[in-house]
Amino acid sequence: MKARVTVTLKTGVLDPQGKAIEGALRSLGVEGVASVRQGKVFDIEIAGDDKHAAEAALKAASEKLLANMVVENFSIELL
Amino acid sequence: MKAAIILFPGSNREGDAARALRQAGASVSIVWHAEHELPNGTDLVVLPGGFSYGDYLRCGAIAGRAHAMDAVRAHAARGGLVLGICNGFQILCESGLLPGVLMRNRDLRFICKRQHLRVERNDTAFTRAYAPHQAIEVAIAHGEGNYEAHEETIRQLEGEGRVAFRYCDANGLVGDAANPNGSTNHIAGIYSENLNVLGMMPHPENFIDPLVGGIDGRGLFESLFHKAA
Repeated sequence: MKARVTVTLKTGVLDPQGKAIEGALRSLGVEGVASVRQGKVFDIEIAGDDKHAAEAALKAASEKLLANMVVENFSIELL
Repeated sequence: MKAAIILFPGSNREGDAARALRQAGASVSIVWHAEHELPNGTDLVVLPGGFSYGDYLRCGAIAGRAHAMDAVRAHAARGGLVLGICNGFQILCESGLLPGVLMRNRDLRFICKRQHLRVERNDTAFTRAYAPHQAIEVAIAHGEGNYEAHEETIRQLEGEGRVAFRYCDANGLVGDAANPNGSTNHIAGIYSENLNVLGMMPHPENFIDPLVGGIDGRGLFESLFHKAA
């Protein structure tokens, strides 16, 4: 089973990388970009096909390692 | 005093930390991160600077979950001393031994320079050799040293006197002009609740020999030695 975990910065947390990318897009002449926040995507292959077990494993993975809960949120998708 | 320096893949300041500790009179052992236990009688654990695991995922994230960190947590819970410098501070935050997180520097640049710090209090095991509010000159070398935490956590740290060092100028003046990385409240280092765990971004171990331009870092290691002697 394929899964995707997306980790993003919480609202209000300063994101200097996102800001730099935002500035670069502006200097490239890309129109209509109001703001950019940078995050991370993890594509994970889950063994077995138990969806509940997969979700539990992905939640544990996100909370224990993939996201720093002080400044980041995560979302889980089973694909 | 017996000090154990935890070595992770990508640590690179363990030699300097060992030199500073030995100069202050400590006996030092280097402990590989996969060990489950610290050497018997360890008084102080040091997490050295460097780039553990190449800063993959987040600085200190993978090292913070190493086997040796369980032993470090147990040591800290017993009241044992722990010092995390630079990447070591990031590891302490990631391991949950200290609150908050070290974010990218405000200006996105890796900063490597001399930096003054104000010693916020001199009644802890780490700072007793300094004068109160003394401005010491050490070095910083980091890309992610911008300390952030929940407002509530910052209030708690400030209220409980757990800010160890703040960035300042040569006269000890704290403010935006002397803050190299955008750190909240100009925080350069913090203590745990019981003041036995210290995490700091700057490198006191760089400044222990007049040959390299200063000895202001010695006080920290001498403080530790006198405490545990």
